[in-house]
Amino acid sequence: MGYNRAMAAPRYEHFHHKADIGVRGIGDTVEQAFAQAARGMFAVVCDLRRVRATAEVSVACSAPDLELLLVDWLSALLLEAGSRRMLFSRFSVLIHEQDGGFALSGAARGEPVDRERHRPRVEVKAATWAELAVGPLPDGRWVAQCVVDV
Amino acid sequence: MDFSLLEKVSNHEWRLPRSGAMRVPGVLYASQALIRDMDDAVAEQLRGVAELPGIVGAALAMPDAHWGYGFPIGGVAAFDPKEGGIISAGGVGFDIACGVRTLRTGLHEEDILARQGELADLLFARIPAGVGSTGMLKLNMKEMDRMLRGGAEWAVSAGYGEAADLSHAEEGGRMDLAEPDKVSDHAKKRQQAEMGTLGSGNHYLEVQAVDQVYEADAAVAYGLSPGAVVVSIHCGSRGLGHQVATDYGKRMVNEAARAKIKLRDRELAYAPLDSDLGQAYFGAMNAAINCALGNRQVLTHLARLAFAELFPRAALPLLYDVCHNTAKLETHVVDGKKRRLLVHRKGATRAFGPGHPSLPPDLRPAGQPVFIGGSMGTASYILAGTEEGMSRSFGSACHGAGRAMSRKQATKRWKGREVVEQLHRQGVEIRTTSFRGVAEEAPGAYKDVAEVVEATRAAGLARIVARVRPLVCVKG
Repeated sequence: MGYNRAMAAPRYEHFHHKADIGVRGIGDTVEQAFAQAARGMFAVVCDLRRVRATAEVSVACSAPDLELLLVDWLSALLLEAGSRRMLFSRFSVLIHEQDGGFALSGAARGEPVDRERHRPRVEVKAATWAELAVGPLPDGRWVAQCVVDV
Repeated sequence: MDFSLLEKVSNHEWRLPRSGAMRVPGVLYASQALIRDMDDAVAEQLRGVAELPGIVGAALAMPDAHWGYGFPIGGVAAFDPKEGGIISAGGVGFDIACGVRTLRTGLHEEDILARQGELADLLFARIPAGVGSTGMLKLNMKEMDRMLRGGAEWAVSAGYGEAADLSHAEEGGRMDLAEPDKVSDHAKKRQQAEMGTLGSGNHYLEVQAVDQVYEADAAVAYGLSPGAVVVSIHCGSRGLGHQVATDYGKRMVNEAARAKIKLRDRELAYAPLDSDLGQAYFGAMNAAINCALGNRQVLTHLARLAFAELFPRAALPLLYDVCHNTAKLETHVVDGKKRRLLVHRKGATRAFGPGHPSLPPDLRPAGQPVFIGGSMGTASYILAGTEEGMSRSFGSACHGAGRAMSRKQATKRWKGREVVEQLHRQGVEIRTTSFRGVAEEAPGAYKDVAEVVEATRAAGLARIVARVRPLVCVKG
């Protein structure tokens, strides 16, 4: 059984979901999974390779559990992207327990939308609670997923 | 859908019997073929809606019903605030007051065909569309609040339209009960550069020609005759609406956790309308409806300016403006008694019947126009609300056919440039900021709206007045 480096690296996936799109982040830690889920969400909008990580925006949120925290994290990113008119491609996340729940402090790196260069295809309206799941996988890695409304 | 879940009432009415915690039954208006193609999930979601406090009559599904967040899309449910009736952000949707308005032009198809490419290019240049587009208006916070209070009325007073536009929109183009202070500052910030933009996905501006008239009296009332050209604009409340839905959805879920209410589905979270949270969401939602009405009014103005450049003698009066995703306080007769109800229509269109006092005098005899968009490049329909629909569905009809396949499947099957080329050969000029987006919106990616419209008619919810075919389509 070979060691598949591609499968082991943190990554994101999209999954079918009715008229919208599921985003799934997989990583060695829950924070990596959150960061990859964010990449998955912005990959719905455009090819992430076109987005230069030249500016950084801080994001903070908290929630009673990790699942609600994921939706809050993605929602906060949509708010920052929408109000700053930016696209993001790189994310860093720190999560710690706080007041019986969880607090996230993170950063999103990207640049202002350039329609010629980024060729965005569709807007993500919101992160939803559909197919929401955050938890460990059998191999010890973490998954963080939900459906986004486009 | 598994037919054993339902009782057949007629060819176009099906009942989901009360069971378990359901307070009322479910009713689905659709043909047998449409029911067969619906997910069982629609029945599950109707059950969830039927369990909500204060629901009146039945949890309804329109012929285009499909799975949604909490409520099905194509879902209608009315609640009595005096009986603990609730309001639910999931019962309205993320794109609050997404809707369609249609303008007459007085032009004929031949006028457009003579300058079709030019018109397409001009509209594409003048109508901000697609991700990252910015509107020509940058509202400061004070003006933003005026817009949220004033809706289309605000837009007209700011110079984007005519007074006559207002009487041809639901609620006169302005929701009275809007409360801008219930909309978060960050929702307003999200909107600051987006006023007067079309958006992306299935939003569009189309120039269309009437190619079939079905109900002559209504067609005359609506000013539609074979070959007559109209312009339709489909979009919603943009970033502000999405943020209001996100903010209040979260508050309703948190409140449910605090009050230890067990939710079947988080997206079904609700609050009694007669509660602080219910009232706050209602005020914010009404502000978001105003945002959508104002947005469509600004886009109307931009469309008129574009037309004036190529067709200086054409006037573009507003036929009507309808909303899809709202919760409105309306008076309905239930079992012979007038009741004031909060009617949620999610992916469903208001369709008031002839004689309704809210309609302007020129449209009142025929009933309210209802615009049902087909998929990109295919026919759309103009319907009229009926008296029968007032009692069958609280004056509601479908809003358009759902997707037949996912976006990913669509992009695997079609290339955007080829879709545009193909439609060009069929006489439709598409202009878009994203070819990949066009592939996701390819005609084959959606179900057939004609079937949905016919089932709406057969169920008595609306009359089919005319069919229109697209000549120009601008997409984000």
